[in-house]
Amino acid sequence: MNRKTIIGAVFALLATVLVGTQALGDTFTEKDVDRWMQQYKAVAAKGRTLWTSPALGTNGVACAQCHPNGANTHPETYPKYQKQLGKVVPIREMINWCIQNPLQGEPLALDDERMWAIEAYLQWERRGVKIEPGKH
Amino acid sequence: MKINNATRRGFLKSTGLIAATLPFTQVKLAFAGDHPDINIAYISDSHLQHIKGTEFVRNWDRGLIRAIAETNLLDPQPDFIVYGGDLAQLGKKEELDHGAEMMAKLKAPVKYVLGEHDFYLDMGAYWEKLFGGKQYYSWDHKGVHFVVLNSILTYDKWINKWPSAAERMNQMAGLDNPNGSPFMIGDAQFAWLKQDLAKVAKDTPVVVFSHSPLQKIYKGWNFWTEEAEDIQAVLNQFSNVNVIYGHVHQIQYNRIGNINFHSVMATAWPWPYPESYAQAESHLPVLTVPMNRADPFHERDATGWQLIDVHTGRPTLSYNLYNNENRVVGPNDQGVPEDKQYASRATAPQKHY
Repeated sequence: MNRKTIIGAVFALLATVLVGTQALGDTFTEKDVDRWMQQYKAVAAKGRTLWTSPALGTNGVACAQCHPNGANTHPETYPKYQKQLGKVVPIREMINWCIQNPLQGEPLALDDERMWAIEAYLQWERRGVKIEPGKH
Repeated sequence: MKINNATRRGFLKSTGLIAATLPFTQVKLAFAGDHPDINIAYISDSHLQHIKGTEFVRNWDRGLIRAIAETNLLDPQPDFIVYGGDLAQLGKKEELDHGAEMMAKLKAPVKYVLGEHDFYLDMGAYWEKLFGGKQYYSWDHKGVHFVVLNSILTYDKWINKWPSAAERMNQMAGLDNPNGSPFMIGDAQFAWLKQDLAKVAKDTPVVVFSHSPLQKIYKGWNFWTEEAEDIQAVLNQFSNVNVIYGHVHQIQYNRIGNINFHSVMATAWPWPYPESYAQAESHLPVLTVPMNRADPFHERDATGWQLIDVHTGRPTLSYNLYNNENRVVGPNDQGVPEDKQYASRATAPQKHY
C-alpha cells in the first residue's frame, strides 16, 4: 500500500466510526430540542428565584416588588440609549442599577451567571414580543 | 396661611406644595350643591419593610414621611384622612409599630383600611389592636355614608394550607405569585354590608373604601375582588355611589352602573399597568388615561398621595405626584370620572408596553 491508500483507508475508517456512533452535527431530534429548552428553562427558573428573593440586595427588597412578572423592564429594547445614564447600555447595567439602588446591594459582574439567569427570566416573560432595539 | 373659602381651589392653593406644580387651570371650582364639601386626604400602600433591629428600608420610609409631612401642611386640615392599607410589608409587629408611630404625627383623624401585607401574618390581630379593633365599619359624615371594607380576605383552604404564618404571609406578599389566592370580602362581611346599606336612603351619597379594587381588572396580580359583581349589584341600588381603592399603586378610574371607581397612589413604589405584562389578558378600566411611566432614577417618581374632595357626593381626586405632572380626576357633566386636562394636553399619554 502506498501512502495515499493508507490515508484514504484511515479516513474511511474514521467516517464509519463517527457516523456509527453519533448523529451528524446538523441533525437533531424533537427530544434534543426539548432537552435544550429544559436547559434554558432551568436557567430562567434560577433567574425567577433570584428575581423574587432578597438575595441580590442587603435590605430585603426583591426585584419583583416593583416588577411583577418582570414587567416594565423591556429586555427586547436593549441595548439602548438610557437617558438617565447618557449612553447606550445593555440591560445588565440597568439590572445592576436596581441592585445597587432600591436593593442597596453590590453590583454583579456583567458575566456573573446570576446575571445571565436574570436575563433569561426577563426574556421568558417577554416571549413573543417583537424585538425593538433602542426603543424608548 | 388661613383661608376662609373652603372650595377645592382655595384648599389646594393653600397647600403651596401642590400649587407650585399644579397649573391653575387644572383646578375646578366645586360646583354649588346641597352638600357641604368634604375634604379627605388619602395615603396608602407604604409597605414599611423591616430589615433588622431598628433598621427599615429607607426608600419606603421616605415615601410615608413625605406624605405625612405634606398632609399636615394642608390648611384647613381635611375632615379626615384615610390610610388605604399595606402599611407594613410582611405584617410584622416592628413594621406596624413603626407605621403607627409615623402615622401618629398626622393632625387630622385617620380611618384605616386593611391591606394584605398588614394581615396575613396574624390574620389582622396586631393591626386591630393598633388601629381601632374593626376590620370593616361604616359611619356618616356631612350627609355622606362612608364604608370601610376588608376586601383582602381569601379562601380558608388557602389560609390553612401553609406550614407557618410567616410562610403564608410571604406567599401572599408576592404580587405575581402563582401560588397566591384571590381577594374577597367573604360571606359574613357581605351580609354585614347588605344590612349596613339597608338602612341608608337610596339617594344618600355612599363612598366605599377598600384595599383591592371592587372590580375585576387582572387576577394574576390580584387587581381583583372575587365577589365584585355581587358587591356592585348591592352598591348599584344607590344613585350616587363611589369606590376608592388602593393596592394597585397606579392611577385608575372607571364607571360601572352608578358606581364611580377611583384608585389611589402608593407612597412606596409604582406598579406597571397590567397591560405591560405580555403573557396575560387584563382589563384595565377603559376610562383610565394611564399615568406617565415611572422613572426609576427618581426615587419618589410615580408615588404620592391624594386629596379627595367630595362635593355633590362625587369625589374629585387631586393626585400629588412627585417628579411628575399632578393629575386631577373628577366627575364630568354626566358625573363620570374624567381627567379632561390631562387627556387633551399636547403630549400624548405615554404608552405602557
